[in-house]
Amino acid sequence: MSGPATPKLLYCRCAYAQVVPQGVKDEVLQRLCDSGASFESVADLCEMAAHRDERLKAFAAGAPIRIAACFPRVVKGLFTQCGAPLPDEGAEILNMRAQTAEEIATAMLAE
Amino acid sequence: MITHTHRPLRVVLYEGNGAIPLDASARAKVMSALLDKGYAVTRTTAQGSPAFPHDDRSLLVLGVFPDQRAPQVEDISGEVKIDTRDITGLDASGVLALVETTRGDKPMNQPGVWKPWFPVIDYSRCTNCMQCLSFCLFDVYGVSKDNKIQVQNNDNCKTNCPACSRVCPEVAIMFPKYQQGPINGDVVNETDVGREKMKVDISSLLGGDIYAALKNRSEAAKSRFSKERSPDKALDERKKCLTKMVSDGFIPADVLAALPSPEEILRKAEEAKARAQAALDAQATSA
Repeated sequence: MSGPATPKLLYCRCAYAQVVPQGVKDEVLQRLCDSGASFESVADLCEMAAHRDERLKAFAAGAPIRIAACFPRVVKGLFTQCGAPLPDEGAEILNMRAQTAEEIATAMLAE
Repeated sequence: MITHTHRPLRVVLYEGNGAIPLDASARAKVMSALLDKGYAVTRTTAQGSPAFPHDDRSLLVLGVFPDQRAPQVEDISGEVKIDTRDITGLDASGVLALVETTRGDKPMNQPGVWKPWFPVIDYSRCTNCMQCLSFCLFDVYGVSKDNKIQVQNNDNCKTNCPACSRVCPEVAIMFPKYQQGPINGDVVNETDVGREKMKVDISSLLGGDIYAALKNRSEAAKSRFSKERSPDKALDERKKCLTKMVSDGFIPADVLAALPSPEEILRKAEEAKARAQAALDAQATSA
């Protein structure tokens, strides 16, 4: 019998603007790198949303998914605006603008 | 404005079977360097996890391979071009240089050159009142086939201008790259919404009655909302946007004449109002 699906991991670098604390995004990336986990990383979800990047659909369809990015309200909005709404269940958004790196890394890498 | 709408390649940092894992510190530096330059990077390990389906046409697989020899790999479908490179001994800048060389002159968006600045609608709050459509001078908003407000022209939005979010009665318009909440997508609290609903006419720019009325609002609340989302500030920002477009040379001289003049603003206002009203009427009819 198979257990629940392992969540896929997505890290957004928010490279196009300095609105996510550098220390937090660096530490979260470091923790992901230190782990043995495979993960996806993108330069900036906003940049992808700006040109309706088809890959957002793959991310949304890839639930369960954990996303380290920014405010959940805006991340959900970005995906919805691109015709790739995140599912109500199975998409966990961690907020690098408000949470600590420790909280985010722990949640991202939780079993 | 956005210039490139696709990635020339996706980088895969391969640490799976047949490769030697990178040192953890080096790995983070390599990934940071690539992400900060605008690349998407997939890290793959032997531990693995389900991968996202990929839609890229070109993958660049980097790894530390035995004998410093990257295996030659071919996509079974023949649709994806796969390059493999050994990065033994390269530091982050060396890996970045390798990736840049592999990309060649294929264009891509890069941080620092352009900022993705556009409104994002929180449909869980939006009541489809069309005020944003009426307010925006630059046709950023439009109406879908089913009469719902939507962001249709991202590129028309003026960088760093969040004016429309300040006049949204429901705090439903977000700008992800804005610093302060709730415009940046932060949780909306009761103070943010506990205010008189307002309507702002585009002709306020001309100093009409509505502008005067807004200027004469009895008292400014001391909330975060009033600081960040006041109608006066919104109007100021809209004016600043127009002024800045000129002073920055954003608009070439030959287009300067096309800048909204008072008459043009009024015309656009009427058009936007008509579109908004038509959508509202259609909603009412279908309800």
